[in-house]
Order: sequence, then C-alpha cells, then structure tokens
Amino acid sequence: MGKPTGFKDIERRDRAYAPVSERTRHWKEFWLPLSENELREQGARCMDCGIPFCHQGCPVNNIVPDWNDLVYRGDWRSALEVLHSTNNFPEFTGRVCPAPCEAACTLQLSDRPVTIKTIECAIVERGWEEGWIGPQIPQHRTGRRVAVVGSGPAGLACAQQLARAGHTVTVFEKQARIGGLLRYGIPDFKLEKHLIDRRMAQMRAEGIRFRPNTHIGVAVPVGELVEEYDAIVLAGGSEQPRDMPVPGRELDGVHFAMPYLAGQNRRNAGEDLSGTRRILAKGKRVVVIGGGDTGSDCVGTAIRQGASSVTQLEIMPKPPEHEDKALVWPDWPLKLRTSTSHEEGCERDWSVNTKAFVGSKGNVEALQLVRVRWEPGEDGRMALKEVPGSEFELEADLVLLAMGFEHPVHNGMLTSLGVELDTRGNVRANADNYRSSVENVFSAGDMRRGQSLVVWAILEGRQCAHAVDTFLTGASDLPL
Amino acid sequence: MSEGKTSGQQQIYGQHHNSRRGLYDPLNEHDACGVGFIAQIKNRASHDIVQQGLQILVNLDHRGAVGADPLSGDGAGILIQVPDALLREECAAGGMTLPPPGRYAVAMVFLPRNGETARRCVEALEATTAREGQNGLGWRTVPRDDSWLDEAVKPLAPDIRQFFIGRGDDTPDRLAFERKLFVIRKRAHHAVWDHDHEDKDDFYIASLSSRTLVYKGMMLAPNLPKFYADLRDERTESALALVHQRFSTNTFPSWKLAQPFRYLCHNGEINTVRGNINWMAARRHNMSSSVLGEDLAKLWPLIGDGASDSATLDNAFELLVAGGYPLSHAMMMLIPEAWMGNPLMDEDRRAFYQFHASLMEPWDGPAAIAFTNGRLIGATLDRNGLRPARYVVTDDDIVVMASEVGVLPIPEEKIVTKWRLQPGKMFLIDLEEGRIISDAEIKRRLSAAKPYQQWLDDTLIMLENLPSEVGAMAPDAGTLLHRQQAFGYTQEDIRHFLVPMALTGQDPVGSMGRDTPVAALSDRPKLLYDYFSQCFAQVTNPPIDPIREELVMSLASQIGPRPNLLDPDDICTKKRLEIRQPILSNTDLERIRQIENHVDRAFRTRTIYITYPVAEGASGMDRALRSVFRQAEEAVKGSYNILILSDRPVDADFVAIPALLATAAVHHHLIRRGLRTEAGLVIETGEARRVHDFCLLAGFGAEAINPYLAFDSLEHERPGLKEPISEQELRQRYIKAVDKGILKVMSKMGISTYQSYCGAQIFDAVGLSNAFLERHFTGTRCAVGGIGLHDIAAETVRRHQAAYGGGLPKTSLDPGGDVAFRLRGEKHSWTPDTVSLLQHAVRSNDERTYREFSRRLDDQSRQLRTLRGLFELRFDDSPLPLEEVEPAEEIVKRFSTGAMSFGSISWEAHTTLAIAMNRIGARSNTGEGGEEAKRFRPLPNGDSMRSAIKQVASGRFGVTAEYLVNATDIQIKMAQGAKPGEGGQLPGHKVNEWIARVRHSTPGVGLISPPPHHDIYSIEDLAQLIHDLKNVNPAARISVKLVSELGVGTIAAGVSKAHAEHITISGFDGGTGASPLTSILNAGSPWEIGLAETHQTLVMNRLRGRIAVQVDGGIRTGRDIVVGALLGADEVGVGTGALIALGCIMMRKCHLNTCPVGVATQDPELRELFPGQPEHLVNYFMFLAREVRELMARLGFRSFNEMIGQRDRLGMRQAIDQWKAQCLDLSAILYPVVAEPGVATHQCEPQDHRLERALDHELIAAARPAIENREPVEISIPVANTNRTVGAMLSGEIARRYGHAGLPDDTIRINLEGSAGQSFGAFLSHGVTLRLDGDANDYLGKGMSGGRIIVRPPRGSRFRPEENIIVGNTALYGAIDGECFIRGVAGERFGVRNSGVTAVVEGLGDHGCEYMTGGIVVVLGQTGRNFAAGMSGGVAYVLDLSDDFNLRCNMAMVELEPIADEDRRLEESEHQGGDLECHGKVDLVHDMTRYDSQRLRGLIERHRDCTGSDRAAEILGDWEAWLPKFVKVMPVEYRRVLEEMQAATQAAERNDANMAVGE
Repeated sequence: MGKPTGFKDIERRDRAYAPVSERTRHWKEFWLPLSENELREQGARCMDCGIPFCHQGCPVNNIVPDWNDLVYRGDWRSALEVLHSTNNFPEFTGRVCPAPCEAACTLQLSDRPVTIKTIECAIVERGWEEGWIGPQIPQHRTGRRVAVVGSGPAGLACAQQLARAGHTVTVFEKQARIGGLLRYGIPDFKLEKHLIDRRMAQMRAEGIRFRPNTHIGVAVPVGELVEEYDAIVLAGGSEQPRDMPVPGRELDGVHFAMPYLAGQNRRNAGEDLSGTRRILAKGKRVVVIGGGDTGSDCVGTAIRQGASSVTQLEIMPKPPEHEDKALVWPDWPLKLRTSTSHEEGCERDWSVNTKAFVGSKGNVEALQLVRVRWEPGEDGRMALKEVPGSEFELEADLVLLAMGFEHPVHNGMLTSLGVELDTRGNVRANADNYRSSVENVFSAGDMRRGQSLVVWAILEGRQCAHAVDTFLTGASDLPL
Repeated sequence: MSEGKTSGQQQIYGQHHNSRRGLYDPLNEHDACGVGFIAQIKNRASHDIVQQGLQILVNLDHRGAVGADPLSGDGAGILIQVPDALLREECAAGGMTLPPPGRYAVAMVFLPRNGETARRCVEALEATTAREGQNGLGWRTVPRDDSWLDEAVKPLAPDIRQFFIGRGDDTPDRLAFERKLFVIRKRAHHAVWDHDHEDKDDFYIASLSSRTLVYKGMMLAPNLPKFYADLRDERTESALALVHQRFSTNTFPSWKLAQPFRYLCHNGEINTVRGNINWMAARRHNMSSSVLGEDLAKLWPLIGDGASDSATLDNAFELLVAGGYPLSHAMMMLIPEAWMGNPLMDEDRRAFYQFHASLMEPWDGPAAIAFTNGRLIGATLDRNGLRPARYVVTDDDIVVMASEVGVLPIPEEKIVTKWRLQPGKMFLIDLEEGRIISDAEIKRRLSAAKPYQQWLDDTLIMLENLPSEVGAMAPDAGTLLHRQQAFGYTQEDIRHFLVPMALTGQDPVGSMGRDTPVAALSDRPKLLYDYFSQCFAQVTNPPIDPIREELVMSLASQIGPRPNLLDPDDICTKKRLEIRQPILSNTDLERIRQIENHVDRAFRTRTIYITYPVAEGASGMDRALRSVFRQAEEAVKGSYNILILSDRPVDADFVAIPALLATAAVHHHLIRRGLRTEAGLVIETGEARRVHDFCLLAGFGAEAINPYLAFDSLEHERPGLKEPISEQELRQRYIKAVDKGILKVMSKMGISTYQSYCGAQIFDAVGLSNAFLERHFTGTRCAVGGIGLHDIAAETVRRHQAAYGGGLPKTSLDPGGDVAFRLRGEKHSWTPDTVSLLQHAVRSNDERTYREFSRRLDDQSRQLRTLRGLFELRFDDSPLPLEEVEPAEEIVKRFSTGAMSFGSISWEAHTTLAIAMNRIGARSNTGEGGEEAKRFRPLPNGDSMRSAIKQVASGRFGVTAEYLVNATDIQIKMAQGAKPGEGGQLPGHKVNEWIARVRHSTPGVGLISPPPHHDIYSIEDLAQLIHDLKNVNPAARISVKLVSELGVGTIAAGVSKAHAEHITISGFDGGTGASPLTSILNAGSPWEIGLAETHQTLVMNRLRGRIAVQVDGGIRTGRDIVVGALLGADEVGVGTGALIALGCIMMRKCHLNTCPVGVATQDPELRELFPGQPEHLVNYFMFLAREVRELMARLGFRSFNEMIGQRDRLGMRQAIDQWKAQCLDLSAILYPVVAEPGVATHQCEPQDHRLERALDHELIAAARPAIENREPVEISIPVANTNRTVGAMLSGEIARRYGHAGLPDDTIRINLEGSAGQSFGAFLSHGVTLRLDGDANDYLGKGMSGGRIIVRPPRGSRFRPEENIIVGNTALYGAIDGECFIRGVAGERFGVRNSGVTAVVEGLGDHGCEYMTGGIVVVLGQTGRNFAAGMSGGVAYVLDLSDDFNLRCNMAMVELEPIADEDRRLEESEHQGGDLECHGKVDLVHDMTRYDSQRLRGLIERHRDCTGSDRAAEILGDWEAWLPKFVKVMPVEYRRVLEEMQAATQAAERNDANMAVGE
C-alpha cells in the first residue's frame, strides 16, 4: 500500500482549471496537471483497502489500489501496465469519466476521495510521453475475420482486443472519422481529438482496418458483412434522441443537442460542413433542456460560441448538495453536481416542464414553462404534478434538447439483420456472451445496453471481444 | 434392559473404540492424567507400599475424569513388582508349582469375551511360548468384583487371567528371559490381531515380565482395589508401586489404554507421534541388533498395540531397552533435554545429546513420565517442563513422586527432601543399589561412558564447513515470469509475501479473517499446499512461544542416512551432515550436490528430476511419479544417500510434479520399502515460497529445501526496493523470515525441534480423496474427501499451459486475491456489494435490502464459497404457520457477538456492541483485555455497556475477581480462528492510558499474550481452571472456545467432562486484529467440519446434554445459522458481520491503527468517524432471527431446540457444475448419529461441579461478620491437596459486594496447615490473608486480585527451606494485585504475567517472571533459566549467588544492573522511623527507577516478619555484604516509559510552582 497514514497526513488535491475568462476563448482542454510530486503524494493517500470499493465501483474494474501504490513509489511503467490490463483507453476515461471509482472510494466517506481519475490520466499520458505505449502485434493470426460496426469506445475496445487475439478486424463507421461519440459527441474542450488519432495509429499497427464513411445497412447492405465475416459485432450508439412533442416543436431554433455538438467538433476539425445545417449560439439567448452531461456540454459549447445567455432546465427537482452517505456510499450518489461548463456562466432551474415553444415567423422566441412537483401516484411510483398557477415564459433564440436517447436507430442495419430487440428497444444480448438472436452477430456498448458512460462501453467492448474470441476459437485468453 | 438393547449397545461400543464413524476417529483421542509412584529405596517389599500406591491414586482422583456415568472413569492402574508370595500360594492352590523368583514370569492377560476368540488367544500365547523355547506353566483366573464397574463398561470387561511362563533352559539369564518375553508378547498379539477374529482387538497383554505386574482397568481410582481382590491381599507385596489415573477426552471404554503400560506411565501428550511412528517404521530395514539377533524381525510392526501416543511411546521405549540400552539412556534418547544453545550444560552432556540426535528424533510434547523395570524406577520431564512432578524423600527410605504434593500423609519431621522434577531432568532410584541417583550423576555417567565428543568431531559435518560452490543466478525476466506462472505465483505472493519477508525478516501480518473458499471449492487452479491446513494445539497440549522460549527450539536438521538405532558400533563411525536451518541457498544446495568428493566420500548425492513431458498431459503424472519412485529406490540401493528432488528443468515442454506430492510420495514410498533412513531427502523447487509451503514439505519428509524461484523472484524485485540491499542480504532476510515462520508453525503444535517436526505430518487435508492420501500422504486425516491424483495433475497442467501455452502472452502475474479482494482473483464472501447492502439495510432498517444481502451470500449456485453452500435445506412439504414458531425475540437470545477486545477495537465500537446485545437479551464478549468497572452499572436510560461474556485468555489482562463476578458467561479462549495456537501482541503505541488502566499495565509498554495459557497444559489443567472460575462466580456459565480442526470433537468431549457448560467451535474464518497471514490463511478448518464432529462425538459419548455448543466464524445469514443448528449448534456467534453492521468496511488494516471508520483504531481523530449505532446491530440481529424463524417454519420446527442436530434435514445440493466440488464427499459431516433413547441431543442438563466440596463454604461461613460488616475475623483450618482453589469463592463474595477494592488489609485472616491443593489463593481479594504452614501445589495465587499469601514450612520440618520446594509451578499467573511471601523454593514459571503483585520467594525454577508487566519479585535463592523472557514491566531483584545470573536471564527485553546505593543516606534517614512497613506499600512501588536498596530491604524485612525466614534474617544481618550480590532486572521499555512519565510529572510540578510564584 502507499503510506499507511497518507490519508490522514496529506490533503486531497486535484487538477485545477484555467480561469473561465481564459478557457472560454478557445476549444482546447483547460486543466492544469499536477506535478509528479503532487501525483505521488496523492497516490500515497490510497489505503489499499482489503475490499477496494473503487475496484468494483469502476465499471472496467480498474485495479486502482495497485497503480496508486506504484505511482506513489514512482514506478510509472508498472502502473501503466496494471492500468492497461483492465482499460484499453485510460486517456479517455481519465478525462471524461464521471469517476464512480471516486464515489466508491473509502475516503469518499469523509468527502476526500483519492484523486483516482487524475492519477489514471497522468499514468497514461506519462506512458505516451515516454514512448512506453506501442502496438501489441499478435505473433500468430487466426485467419478469422470480424466486422465491428461502430467506432465508438465499445467498438474500438472490442476491435483492439480481438486484433490482439490474432483475429482480422475491420471497423466500420458511418461518419467520416473514427471515434463515434468520442469524436463527435464530446466537445474538444473536454477531449481533444488527436488523442483518438494516437490510439488509431496503435490499432492500425495491430492490424485493424478502419472503414469510415461506410454506413452499414444504408450504404452497404448487411448481407455483405454476413457473407464476408465470421462474426459481426454491433457496437453502434444509442442515437435515437428523446424528443419533446409539444406545440411549437417544429419551430426553427429548436434542435437536438447532438447535431449541435457534432457541428462544432467538425468545425474545429476542419471537416467539410457543406450540406449540414449550421446551428450557432453566437449572440443568442440559449436554453438547454435536460440537466445531464450532454446538456452541460451544450452549455460549454454555447458559451464558447458567444451566446448572450445560457439557461439550463431540468424537469427533476434540484438534488441535495450532500448525499446521505450512510445509505448511499459506495453507490453513485444523486447530488447537485456543478460542471466546469456550469461554472462558465449559466442559469440553472429545476422542477420545470415545457408546455410549448412559441415564436413567430417560424422562429422560436420563448418557452412556455410550468413548475412541477414529484409526488407518489396511486401505484406508489413518483409521478409528475404541475403546480397550479406556476406557468411562466422564458425567452429563447436557440433551444437545445438534451434529454437523453431512447435506443439505437432501428431502421437500416438492425431491421435488415433482423436482430431481436429488448423491451427498451436495444439489441437483445446478455452480458455473459453478448450474442444477439442472429447467429454470428454480437452486440456491445450503447447499442445493447442503452445510453451510458464511455467506461461502460469500454468494458462491454472488452467482454464482447472475449465472447467473440470464445465463439471463434472455443476458448479465450483475453482478460475479462 | 432387554437383550436386544444390550447387544445393540455392545455393537456400538465395539465400533467405537476401533473404528471411525462419521467424523469421529479414535486416533484423535487424547489423554492426560495424574501419575505417581512410591518406592522403598532399599527394595524392601511390603504390602504397605501397594496400599500407599493405591492411596496416591485416590488422592489424584480429581485429576481424572468422570464419564457420562458416575462409576465410569477413564481408566486407572497400578504397576508393582511381581508379588511372589501371593502368586506362589495361589498357583499352588491351583496345582501349579512356580519356579524360584526370577525364573518365572507372569502375563496379565485381557481375553476377549467371545469364547472362540479367547480360545485362539490362549492357544496363541501358549504356542508362542513354546516356540520361543520357554515353558508355559499354566493359567490363573484373576479374582474380581464387577459390581464396581459402570453399567456401560460391564459388557465389555475382558476376561482377566494370568499366564505363567518358566524360563527356558536355553535362556542364559534374566535379561535374555525378559527379551524373550517381549518377543512372545509381540508374536502372540500379532498371531491374533493379524487375523479376522471377532473382538480380536480386545486381546491384550497388560504386562509380561519376571519383574513387574500391572493391574488396570476402566474404573474409578478408588475402585481399583475393590475390583481386583489381589490388590487388597496382604500377601501382595512390592517395593514399588507406579500408579496412573487417566483423563481421556472420550468415554469409550478401552481397557488397554488404561495405564501403566509395561514400562511407563505418562502424563501429557506426544505431539509428534505421527512422525515418530513413521520414522520407527522407516527404520525397519536399517535396523539390526546383536542383542536381539533374529528376534528383531519377529517384533514388527513395532508400534501399534494401542491407539494412544503414550502406548506408542511405551512400545518404542521397550524396543530400546530390549535392544540393550539402559533405561535412563533410552529415556534420554526419546525425550532429550533442550541441549542446543544451553550455556549452562557441560560439554560432555551436550555431546551426548548431539550425538544421539541423529539416532532418534525427539518424541516431543508435554510429558511427565514415570518408568520402571521393577529394579529401577524413575521419572523424567519434557524439555519445557510442561507437566508437574513433585517428590519427597523420607528418612526411612521412602520416595513418593506424583503430579501433586500431599498425595500421601507423611509426617513433616520424616521428610528430608522436597523437590520437583525440572525441565528435561531425570530422577532415578536403583532399588538393588538402594539409592537415589541424581540427574547429574545419571547423565554424567552416561555422557562419559563413550567418547561422544570425539565421535562427533570425527563424524559430524556442518554444511557451512564444506568447500564453497557456485549456485545458479536468476534468469532473465521473461523466463522468470513463465516459471512463476507455471508454479502459480500471484501478484500477492510478490507483494504481500516475498518482498515484505525479505525486507523485514518477518512473516507478514494481516487482519480480519479469511472469507475465501477452501481450495477444494475454488474454481481457480490452487497449489497442492492449499488443500492442507496446519494442525495446532488446543487444550490437550500447549503451544510454545518460539520467541520467548527460544531456548527449547531448534531448526537444526540432519541430512542423509540415519545410523542403525540398535548398533552402537555402527553409529560411531557413520558420517552425518547437519545444517543449522532447513532453507538452502543455491550455493548450499550445490555444496550438497557436490559433496561426493569430500568428507571421505561418505555421502553421494543423486538429483532426481520431478518433471515430465507436458505432452503426456495430466494422465502422465502417475507414470512420472512411478518413475521417480523407481529412480529413488535404485539410487538408494545404489548407495546414493542424499536424494535431491528437483523441478528446475521446468520449461515450455516439461511440467513439474507438485513438489509437495513428490516429496511426500517419495518419503512414503521409501518408508514402505524400509529404505527411508538410508538416504536424506532434499527438495529443490520453484514451488515453495510461503511459510506454509515450507512447513508442508518439512512435515512430509523434506530434510532441507532450496526455493530457487523465490530467490530468483526477489532478485528480480531488488532494483525496485525502497532500500538498497545486496542480493545476499535479501536472501538471508527472506530465509530468516521463513525460519521464524516455521518455528511459529511448529510451536503452535507444541513441537520444538525441526527434527521431530520433519515427517510429523501435522496437517489435515480438505477435499482430497482418501485413496490419494493413503497412497502418498499415508496417515493424513481428511474430513471431506475429494479429488485425486488425476485432478491435481490436471490443475498443474492447466497452470503450466497458461504459462507456456499459446494464446495471448500474459505480461503479469495472476492477481491472487486471497489477501485483498480482487474481481479477477479469489472469490470472497465479503464484497463491495454484500458489505454495502448489509450496511444500507441495518441503517435504514430495511428488511428487503437485508434479504437481498442474504440472498447474495446464500445463493452459491454460480460461485461456491463455503462448504454449507453445497448443502440443501430439505423443507417440509407443509410448512408451519409462522405464528406457531418460537418468536424472533426468543431466537435472538441465542446469538452473541464475537470476542473482540477493547484495545483491538475502539471504545465506541466495543460499547456499542454491548449496548445493542443487552437491548435484545443477546450477549457481547469482552475479548481479552478486561473491562472498566463503570460499565457494570446500567446507564440512566436503561442501556448497559456490560459485556455478558467475559473472556479469560492467555494474557489474563484485567481478569480480576471483580471482572469475573460481573459475568454471565466466562469464556476460556483456548484458540482463535484466525491464529489458533498463537499468542498476541499489543504494541506499546496502542497501549494508551485508558487501555493500560483496564488491563492493569503501564501506558506505552507493549503487552504480550503468550501462546498457551500457562495454567492449561492438558485437559485436567483445563478442568482445574474451569473449577477455579466456577468457584469465583458459581452463577456464571463457563465456556471454552475451540477452533475447528479434525479431532476437535474429542477435545470437546474432554471439555464437557472437564465440566464446562458451554463450548464454542470457531471456524478457521474467524477475524483478528493482527495475525500472521500464514495463520489467517492456513490454520484450522471450516466450522461445518468441527461442529459436526463435535456434535457427533458428544452424542456418541452421551455428553451432549451437559454442554451448550456455540458455533462462530463466518456466520452471516439466517441460513448459516440454520445450517449450524442442524449440524448441532445451540447458539451462534457473529463477529465480523456485527462489526460490518456497525460500519466496518473490511479495510484489513486493524494492525496499523488506521481504521478509517473508527472501528479498529485508538486514534482519537479516526474514532470520531465511527458511524455505528446500537440500533444498527439490533436491526441486523433481528433480521437474522426473523430469517431463521421463517426457515424454521418451512422446515417444520416450532422451537430452536427441536432443530438442533437434525442433520437429516440437510441434503447435498444437486447439479453442482464446479468440477472439483463434484468430487467432494461430505458424508462424514452429514453422518447421522442416532442418539440412544434418553440421550440428549441439545443442551438440557446441568454439570456437576462438586462445588459443595469446596473448603470455602466453611471459610465464608466463618467470615460472615467480615463479609457483611467488615469486622475482622481469624480462621484456622487444616488443608489437603484435595482442597482445590481455596479462597476463590470467598473472594468472589467479597468482589461482588466491594468490587476490586475489597476489604481493608487483613480483615479476614486464615491460617491453614497441610498441603494445599492446586490454585491456592486464586483470585484472592483485598482484605484476605492466607497463611499456609505446609506446602502448595501448582497455580498458587493465580489471578490474585489483592490480599496476601504467606507460605512457610510447617513447624517441625527439618529441611532447609531455601533448598526445598514449597510451591508448585506457575504461581501468581496473571496476578493483578496483592502480596506474596514464600519461604522456600517455587517451581517453574513463577510470576508469569504478573501485573502487580509484590512477591518474595527463596528460589524458583525456569521461566520466572515471564511476560511480567508489573509488580515486584524478589528472589533470595537459586534461579532457573530463561528468567524475565518477554518481561515488559515491573522489576525483579535476584540474589546472584553463583554469579551466573546473566546466563540464566533472557536479556531480550531487560537489562541487569546492580542495586544502586545512591540514596543510602536518604534511606538511613527514613529508617530512623523504624520498619519500612509503616510507610505502607504505596511508597514501595512509588518510583521503580530509584530507591532500590530501600525497597529491597523493606521487602526482605517484611518477608522475614511474615515467614520467619532464616535466609532473610541472614541477609539483613549483614546487609552491606549481601546487597552487592543482588541484581536488579529492569525491562528497558518500562524504564523508558517511567522516566518519560516522571519527566512529565516533574515538568507539570515545575509549572505549578512557577505559576504559584507568579501569583
């Protein structure tokens, strides 16, 4: 373990951020890394718990205590090895993961968890810097061919694992560039895109073929894949956004969040934007509906685009500032969270529902809102009740709908393949073998599980690879 | 009784004493006893001697046991000289004329009751006699009276007859005659036993000799002469009588296990007996004797006419004597003194022992042995002095020796010597020479008889003196990794074992318990080592403290052939190779490999590879093993005498046979071939790395081990270590850690030498098939059968393939996950899920969440974790309505929390446990460490912080009379699940002022709990402690806590017979604040096994009704409790679960004091974080009770009692898909014991403690005015050795009324005369003075809680007090407070764990003041060895007359200094007031760092005044001259702390003074 009394002697310190005035002027990441000494000190705070709750709290089951200790001892290279043993892409989770590990950390009991995520990010960045990360090229090839459809974190993790097991893997992506949600959904100021390219280079060396701009089931018939490949992994996203079917929804200026965020990322990347719709917040009164991470990303993006005001609305009540640890820890607590984007200047309002969008000349001008209460209904479940007489109006030039996603898009690939769906509209496959109802077809990530975190997608990709490898060769040495 | 029932019973008993049933195995029986003899030194035979012998037996009665029936003892017997007058006349009356005395022998024969078999026995004996050239003279039926037998014994009583044999004409002399008799007996036995006759095992020849005759049987001691008329006959005359009273853990009557045997009787236990038997067998082909000649071959098998260790020892002794060794010589070979590293032993004697060490491995264990051949009679004691033996010599040439003094009334003025047997010493009387021969003389004579030192110089080769060689270096990283993987290394092996061992030189420590499955349930490939668990001593023999009592320990090992035991010519020329410890570096191994060209080519080494082509797969291992056998056999026959079994050639193509399997299999193969002692066995393996691994290799025959891969791994880690350290240093420290670990594992079984541990097989197996064990691990016990060779091979090959096979390269080791939870590692019961579910459930009182918790634990369909997970509850088709079932509020009263001390856990946690338990009528347990008196009074809100269960552990911290009277249950902790057989240590930094107060110790000074209770070395000692505690608090239930291992059932039976009312069977998964990981992971067995065995054995013994059985260790859910009840538990304990309910999150950092939730820490900052509330625990226990209740309804039980032991409601779960678990055979656990009608299957009867016999009833009656009105009283009363525990009941009465403060000094003065029984003045309260004129037995002043004890020789005694023993062993053990003046010498272990008593004594034995933490001891005479071992506090002043005290004192924790005369002037001025007594005790103990001469003089003055001591008067008469002869013994830590405290006080005083000035 690190230092037995480290948790008592050393204060928690985490990455700081550049000042708001400075960081909102560009699209780059803006955190200020800790020094090596600070990182090692922070690693010393880990107590190497007999039951490391972080280890299970982390969806990919990172062996957090081991690498904390190694960092404390300055053995970065071994730390990197341990980290990579459970996580293909720590540089992604080290940036965008909400860090359920830290919520599960024993020191979270006193609100001073180990800075696990920062240490994770530092380990992998150190690895890149030192040149410790290279391709792991298999010595033997199996000759088996696997198609992975979707190049988000699930697809990439799955592809990398399968390639290392010696299979010949092709990754199909409908967009112009590889990365899925990582590439298009997450704003650059949270995850710069050269990080994905760095990994792609590694994966190319490991033998993976990338086929962007290939929309399976639309541009390329599914049948081709079925014929050519020994196994197919459906690792697409959960892309069907939840809509708000209220009067005025058709007005111009009411958009889903994803095209908005993707547009900005494309613009930053210099992609050809012709033929797409420009949605910009500059000088506008922006209202974001939905209090989650996507909503928060919209806030940060709108601010950087120069919105005159940003307001974020949430239908649920305002969560408490502090959770009741006795009843919640080590689970993920529901509590008020303020993201860096929120800090950059935004109004937030809770328990608000939208009755209608109003506007003129086809353009939205305001939202008609009502306050709501959540009360137990007759079946005991919490149900939404409007507060009588609480209606009010909020002016807006741009409304972004960030209320989550329902399930993957069914039309096209899924329908043509004929895979069974579960009750929520996701591809039906269990987390033991990831097999869909169609022979040779597997599914992992959001397409199977529904919208979720990057870290879950990585886990599913890895586990699915194990399942595919077992399916193809009868057994698998791939780690779970 | 109907006929059918009788035969039924007979059948049951018939099975009992010679066969296994369920988990009961007769091999597990233990016994310990009272032993004694009387002899007329001048060999004048008389009937008086026989009478007095029988009287000794009666007065040792309390040391025996009473079985289920008051008439049935465990056996008693007497050995006398052949009573010629009686036999001659009796035979003549029967028409038989006996030859002259000495020309005939008499056999005492027990014949089976089956007529046909008896006839065959008679024939066999007669025929053998004739065949051996002796004359069968005829038979005599021994007169007897069966009405003195217990009903259960009667049907089994043998037909008892005597057979007379005349010396044959060709037999030259009496010695030859005796040898022939031995042969006849052996051959006659085998002629019957080797055939399949009914009841053949009942044929037994109790004695066959021309000198001695044994009368013995299954009866109580007083009934022996009533049964055997011969013993009452005036014509029965003898000059000696050797008697024995047995206390067995069982009641199955066995006439032949009664003692004496043919030569000896034994009080104690031979711990190494399994190995000793093997080694004896191994010698078969290596042994020849010029004396016995061809007769030797007729004697095999040598061992085996009795299941007991004592009988086996008798067999070995008999062989040595027959082979020509004198009696005393044979005894010194079997039970040698601790000769190694004893600076006080003379060179010749050391040479004698060292020389014989290669001939015979010690028979190790507590032993007081009395032996005789009819001409010589003597006694000896084991090296550690663990049994008492006292003797007196009178002026009319009578010697009386016994476990106790006072067994015969002898007028004081006739006594010329009172002494005791000292550790390792012998005492011999030669009746023909008519004199006593002292230990010194015997051994001087024997040591000088041969030039042993010269022989040693000629033959003994120390490995380190061989020419240096070059060992292999560590391989490259890639090869290393593959090898590590092939041998199953995990990351934990490196991180938690190897590196810490190499850095600290210690076996690493962890905390909390094991919650992982046994190897047989794990779906991960386990090493063979994991299937074995270490056995440990509990109750029937004591573990040893290998650190504090290092002087008895030895790791020396001899490699290579052993000399012919019976041929002195052979032995003096044979070269022997010795190593100081058994772990070999690569260089050392090469020295052995290359030895051939050195030391006169006495040794030749052959390396045998234990690897085979992996292509042959798992099925190839059997063939490979057979090939290894063949090679080994050929090598030995080809005169190679050192075999190295090596797995070094392991690579991608070759897989290794598990080294443990290869070792044990070759060891046993060679034993079977009779070749084992021809060659040494050395193991070169990459497999062994943890201490447990080395212990197993040693236990199954490895004489030395080279763990090359462990060294390679360390070398690989070396660059990354925090400190720069050389390769050699790293290796040395690692070896040191392994050595220390082995010593600890050996000592937890009470074994002190590697030589007797080697091959001793002190392990139990779980989950290995019996056929497999029988073949390769012959004699190893296994409760749960399982996989065999093929599966083990498959596991090994699987691991090899994972390392070298294709597929993905694995760049790192398997995570392991035994020590800390890892998702990809071993499965745990406590996981993030189960911990958080339980905590969320109890905090919100949410039963649904709790049910989710219990479902996760109970449902083991996907993941097996516990044996009970394999069971299935057989529910009733029509469940009972819930309301008909006993309410949860009643069920919960059967629950208690585990024992956790205040000190190991925080005040907050400790009191919360107590409050919660008291709220629901359940019980919390103090743990070891006392309890503050304020907790005995209820709180204003009605809550109570009083722990219902008060624990009495080996450290006796805070165990005062007041503590004991405030108990509902008193629990004697014999062992703890996480570290059975080990002591504990509370480091000084954890002993804050608060804890020190409760434990009556000094803040900042570390505290040591010894491994054994120093008043429990045997079952009869435990009975004594139970008696002591019951006397102090007759209302409390006395409980004994044991840990599950094979044989625990028989121990439980003994505990029940020792009158405990409650017994706890702890699983191996119990928790701990700090234990070596080796112990947490590898000692003890799951409670399912121990509990089932306990219940089965108790029911079979008809003892179950007397005792409540509690199970604990890993009880987490209602289902666990129900399974426990069905296997036989009345009650359950929940330890870890309770802590988790209160907030514990299994950090497993208790030993670091950094518990982040304030549970297991004393850090005030962290304690504030403690989240537990009594409600949380109440909720948990009510959830459990309600869950139990629902299961009871479904099972159809209305009350908990109905459910106990109903194992037919447990079935084996079908459809288990785990490959290993499918092989498991749990039938022994589920064996249905059908109780005989009227025999209880749950606790429902009281124990009879015979408290009504206590002398204290009279004392209390006489002391009424003092007890009630504090009026002074004086009482005078005689006392005898049968009056035990005098003063304890009285003290309990006082403590109940007046607490620890008691009564004013001297309020109750009691004057006694005679020999006081054991535990005189135990737990004595303030205000009581016991003045004894006479002498006292063991445990004087045990737990003394105030008061004063004075012992002095009676008026009229003639001996010099300072040269004679007056007080037995282990006086003042755990004493807290008071004064003690002893005019005379005390036995071994005086003042052990004394924490506050001031004592003056005129001499004492070995291990004085061991573990002492406070108080003052003054010794005015000779002191034994190892004084002050582990002494952390208090001071001692020792008179060093022979100027060698520094050699007798253990200097590890203390310093010696002269008594400073610095304050003489001050003293002189103070003395003007006269006697220092007027200053009171407070002054005496005020400042232990100064005023020594003043204090010492004051104490000697008081001693003189209290006892009339001449020695004291003499010293005081010439104080100036005597003072420089005194040495002060001062613990280093203690002085440091006292000085710090003083500095603080002085600083505070200065501050006060300054402030006063300032004002």
